[in-house]
Amino acid sequence: MRVALFVPCYVDAFEPEVGIATLNLLRRFGIDPEYPFDQTCCGQPMVNSGCHVEARATEELFVRNFAGFDHIVVPSGSCAHQVRCHMTAIEQTDEVRQVRERTYELVEFLHDVLKVDAFPWAEFPHKVSYHNNCNALRGIFHGSMSERREESYSKPLDLLRMVKGLELVEKARPDECCGFGGTFSVFEPAVSVKMGQDKVRDHAQAGADYVVSADSSCMLHQKGCAGKLGLPMKFRHIAKVLNGDAA
Amino acid sequence: MSGADEQRTAPDGLPALLHEELRAADDGGARGADGERLSHGEGTSRPLRSLPPEPQPRGAKLYHRRPVDHNEAAQRFIDAPRHAQMHDERLWDLRQKRDRQMHGIAEWEELRELASSIKQHTLANLGDYLEQFETQAKANGIHVHWARDGAEHNRIVHSILADHGAKSLIKSKSMLTEEVGFRDYMAGVGIEVVETDLGERIQQLDDEAPSHIVVPAVHKLRTDVAQVFADTLGTDPANDDVHYLAEQQREKTRPLILDADAGMTGANFAVAETGTFVVCTNEGNADLSANVPPLHIASIGIEKLIPRIADLGVFIRLLSRSALGSPITQYTSHFRGPRVGGEMHVVLVDNGRSARLGEPDFWQSLKCIRCGACMNTCPVYRRSGGLSYGATYSGPIGLILDPTFNRKRYSSLPFASTLNGSCTNVCPVKINIHEQIFAWRKALAESHDIGVGKQALMKAAGTVLSHPRLYRAAITTAEGALKLLPDFMVTNPLNSWTARGRDMPDAPRETFHQWYERTNGGREDEA
Repeated sequence: MRVALFVPCYVDAFEPEVGIATLNLLRRFGIDPEYPFDQTCCGQPMVNSGCHVEARATEELFVRNFAGFDHIVVPSGSCAHQVRCHMTAIEQTDEVRQVRERTYELVEFLHDVLKVDAFPWAEFPHKVSYHNNCNALRGIFHGSMSERREESYSKPLDLLRMVKGLELVEKARPDECCGFGGTFSVFEPAVSVKMGQDKVRDHAQAGADYVVSADSSCMLHQKGCAGKLGLPMKFRHIAKVLNGDAA
Repeated sequence: MSGADEQRTAPDGLPALLHEELRAADDGGARGADGERLSHGEGTSRPLRSLPPEPQPRGAKLYHRRPVDHNEAAQRFIDAPRHAQMHDERLWDLRQKRDRQMHGIAEWEELRELASSIKQHTLANLGDYLEQFETQAKANGIHVHWARDGAEHNRIVHSILADHGAKSLIKSKSMLTEEVGFRDYMAGVGIEVVETDLGERIQQLDDEAPSHIVVPAVHKLRTDVAQVFADTLGTDPANDDVHYLAEQQREKTRPLILDADAGMTGANFAVAETGTFVVCTNEGNADLSANVPPLHIASIGIEKLIPRIADLGVFIRLLSRSALGSPITQYTSHFRGPRVGGEMHVVLVDNGRSARLGEPDFWQSLKCIRCGACMNTCPVYRRSGGLSYGATYSGPIGLILDPTFNRKRYSSLPFASTLNGSCTNVCPVKINIHEQIFAWRKALAESHDIGVGKQALMKAAGTVLSHPRLYRAAITTAEGALKLLPDFMVTNPLNSWTARGRDMPDAPRETFHQWYERTNGGREDEA
């Protein structure tokens, strides 16, 4: 099985240890992913702004980097959603379609492809509030959604429940958006910040010591909001928790 | 026993009312001289408030040919914390009530699917159903008119009123009449229009557009209403007791209703098979508007058609549950024809709808039954208030409807969304709202309507992100990374990331890429 690791630009720049944890976690399961060196970004910033034409070259580069792999794994629900659901600025050749279909967010890959049933090395004796990224939840269906009448399920929580000592806490509004929204956070700062503040207060009221998510981007935004409010909670990518990185 | 516990029983030994303000010893004057609680304010009620009122934040400022600045209006709304908190909580409460109703119906998702299919089928055969409706309605004795656009609608209604020498019109809430600027037009031709929906009446008296399609004054605190009524109806400005305010409004408005020459309603559904239409309200005001005066005019958007009366149940089951979390509206009134001695007119209005029906990406918005569930669930709408959109339709449905009416002015609205998708999930007719918002962004970028600066920025980002070497150079230093991400879309002088309420993320010394190169992907010693 040829697996490629896609490290989103956010992770590359701000949270390299999430990329490292993802790499090490996959290795624990006997997979040694390749890291295509010319990778940059999935094109989401442009596409999110409607600028599909401007995203074309970036999408082409992505496909050149990741063509031919059996699986492409990325520790971000948002980027996985972009590739799978929105990478349409380029001609949809067989190669493009294949790359798109084979791109998995890390939680999905562990849950659906590897069907992992234990993380014996992982221990996290903390109260955790899990943050669902909206693209991960409503775009690639990480879990059931509060708006729908459907069986309750959650892939990330299934995985986190296997971590020793980890206690999940429940928020009042479990799947409300945190207000990051990609370029929204920049062009609509008033609402973005208010939503972020409300979100981190909800985490705090739930008694969370840690916020865990499959998306660094939401957490960077929330961390910024929590910092300004002086809330003491910490933020941690799920890859690090599952890899057993020390808290 | 603590003081709080003691208060749970009123002096008469009965359980006390829940609301703290009504629990006050003085009870706000809601009791008469005999000590009995009054059923209405009855003019004796006194103010309940303890804090000085917070001024109501107003909506978006509109400038000729400039896109609406949603963020600016949203900031002003958020800066009025009591309004902002009330608004978010009030609408979130509606969302939660909606969820409870949903959980009470096992076939909820099938109902949505069915409603969506019925609408899709109707829209695919809209011409036939409209003609059938017209034929049947005429057979019922209803006069049927066709209006290509808002101006024609207003002219038609005016001419009907003129034929009857009508000088005053009472009407129930109708988003269509908001859409076509009906009240302004009528003011221009000297006809007095009185709204009969309480919320809509408040907004009319305040000369403000409805901020929500179901609960038009939801952005107002009762202190705001007290001020509006004091200014326009002569009530006591210091008394913001809701009983008092409602009663005063009723006292002042009822005579206008009784004396009106004509009545107007919208319609929630028009049934092709029977030539009848259905209006759903909770105040019974549509029935007053339709039945008190001898002349009833109904303005109906052409997308309101459903094929058969048997289809109606699907929508009635979904409408109020989605809107307010109640099983059904208090009144579901079927209008089948003029009463004896009366006259009934229906104006079928296009106003851009048939053009939208021809748009592959956007026709689905015509399925909308105007329940407002997308607004109630939208985290952006809840925090910014409906008037921040500066448009007839606000919230998620507004983002995809408004640009069809004025592309330039509303070009900014599809960006007032995080694309979180909650709106799509609550929509009772399964409109893919967030996907349409996404599609609007693309359409607006293609026609260069997203702002020159933003598009240039995206082009620059696209260049950097498609050239590994440029990308590496940009991202490798902390400063470069901060410039490219998350700020990369902006090299905005305001630096909106940190301007308010958010700390900038720290960039580490080494990127993942550098780490991988240095350690050969962790295979070599980290030292």
